[in-house]
Amino acid sequence: MDAAHSLPSAPYGLMAEFDDPGALVSAAKRTYAAGYRRIDAFSPYPVEEAWEAIGQHDRRLSFIVLAGGIAGLLSGIGLQEWVHQLAYPINIAGKPLNSWPQFIPVTFELTILFAALAGVIGMILLNGLPQPYHPVFNVPRFEHASRDKFFLLVESTDPKFDRARTLDFLKGLNPSEVNEVEP
Amino acid sequence: MINPKPATYPTAPLIEPGHTFGSITDKISGVVLGGRTPLSWFIVVSIGFMLMGMLGMAITWLLIKGTGIWGVNIPVGWGFAIINFVWWIGIGHAGTLISAILLLLKQGWRTSINRFAEGMTIFAVMCAGLFPLVHTGRPWLAAYWLFPYPNSMGVWPQFRSPLIWDVFAVSTYFTVSLLFWYVGLIPDLATLRDKAKHPAVKLAYGVFALGWRGSARHWQRYEHVYLLLAGLSTPLVLSVHTVVSFDFAVGIIPGWHATIFPPYFVAGAIYAGFAMVLTLAIPLRKIYGLEDFITMRHLENMGKVTLVTGLIVGYGYVSEAFFGWYSANKYEGFMILNRMTGPYAPYYWALIFCNIITPQLLWLKRVRTSTLGLFMVAMVVNVGMWLERFVIVITSLHRDFLPSSWGMYHATIWDWMTFIGTIGLFVTLFFLFVRFLPMISIFEMRTMAPEAKLKESEGH
Repeated sequence: MDAAHSLPSAPYGLMAEFDDPGALVSAAKRTYAAGYRRIDAFSPYPVEEAWEAIGQHDRRLSFIVLAGGIAGLLSGIGLQEWVHQLAYPINIAGKPLNSWPQFIPVTFELTILFAALAGVIGMILLNGLPQPYHPVFNVPRFEHASRDKFFLLVESTDPKFDRARTLDFLKGLNPSEVNEVEP
Repeated sequence: MINPKPATYPTAPLIEPGHTFGSITDKISGVVLGGRTPLSWFIVVSIGFMLMGMLGMAITWLLIKGTGIWGVNIPVGWGFAIINFVWWIGIGHAGTLISAILLLLKQGWRTSINRFAEGMTIFAVMCAGLFPLVHTGRPWLAAYWLFPYPNSMGVWPQFRSPLIWDVFAVSTYFTVSLLFWYVGLIPDLATLRDKAKHPAVKLAYGVFALGWRGSARHWQRYEHVYLLLAGLSTPLVLSVHTVVSFDFAVGIIPGWHATIFPPYFVAGAIYAGFAMVLTLAIPLRKIYGLEDFITMRHLENMGKVTLVTGLIVGYGYVSEAFFGWYSANKYEGFMILNRMTGPYAPYYWALIFCNIITPQLLWLKRVRTSTLGLFMVAMVVNVGMWLERFVIVITSLHRDFLPSSWGMYHATIWDWMTFIGTIGLFVTLFFLFVRFLPMISIFEMRTMAPEAKLKESEGH
């Protein structure tokens, strides 16, 4: 890419483009095996093998959702017990003030609500979204990442990154194109 | 003898052959971004918008005059508002069933229909929510009965009441459905952002796409949370109509006080919902030429689900009649006899015709594979499920325990205007959604393309 020569600073990284998911996955595996760690793969739909190939394995969301669910459960029970025993105790049809079986439906709903909110907000935040700017969008071909092409990125912050050698390495992976990503 | 190889059944494809990632993207996003809006869209939206205007009028008059303009009166203190509420909320259930339960069951065919079915859920729940809101007559005063917030009177809601459970169930259901829908939309919004030409359109989709870039690290968390959401939505959707049925079952009215109610209501909800998905899918695929993605196999599968849930509902009717006799309770016995032979008997038999007899046509493959046949059956079921709620609510109430308090229910013009108006609201919202958002999940459809199969030689 000609523009790369006029760049004053180091690029954000190098990006190889592939036509099909199989090529992306094998390229990602080879890149990971070559010792690169600050790498990322981009695909227009979830490719399980791609995130396995780059060593992505984040199970934190399970715990976030669990914590959300427990928070919902406790606030559901807490709210109803507090309302009916302390804040506003009234006798309804002679039932005991602590008629806990009747507090189950609301507790259940709040458990689900808090767990779902925690999961979605957690996913968005762990992914660093919303992110209005990201260098990968500087590659003109990258608009195909949400359509029909597959990309592999090696970031320049990777300890093994070397502009020339990494470029040669990526070219050896049979990509249809390799581009420098402006920061 | 067991076949050593898993049997392969000759079924119609889930996506017509010849499609690539690019063609799928172009076809579905083309409805939103490219070309002309079909004339039929304008016709449908204008009708929907007019009906919505009627809804506005009916609600305005209600707020001015109060609920006296409706037909509810003692002994029938519950009328159209709860009938329509239950009808709409039931319709919503199919969307969650398709998006969550069929996902967990790994039913690939859900992919083509989950997006607009989820949209249907959200709009149906909005229509449903309107009724409990306006039936209070003075919704701005009702907040302290419904929501636990510290108010100047020091009064708190009554959590032992199924009506409060309903508030929590429906608002949770709406929120979680909206989250599920939005999470599913994020990658498609990114596609629209990247495909849009006009900067303002790009910006609008870009804002909601949150800067999604299809990173594998993001996809991993995305798929993780999507699965967790499906797992959370599954018990949620079952709980919602269960809680709705508690509105009745916890009461001691003959015909309501039955343990069959929760499963029977949930089955009825899925039944009504699938009928509505068919009602929407059949015209949509025709108008927008989406027969490649919503194939006959999808329609046939939905027909089968409709048939199965219809049979469960039929079982519910039979057991209601059986309990009327077996309980040896004269009020229960009278209630079921009155339902079948009393002043509302035509409604009851129309309901049996719509919900039990007509769907039996779905046993025939010829009906299941005919769009016209399926559409007719679905329309009949839509009517039948509304009649079911009418019969449950009205026939149980109009004959009170004492003959001196017997009465009849007559819906007024305002009842009808509100009900038909919500259909307009639903149609308007749904068609706006179809115009501005991809009605089929683009990224999930890409996984159905033949090129999405990883080639073994390259992958390993």
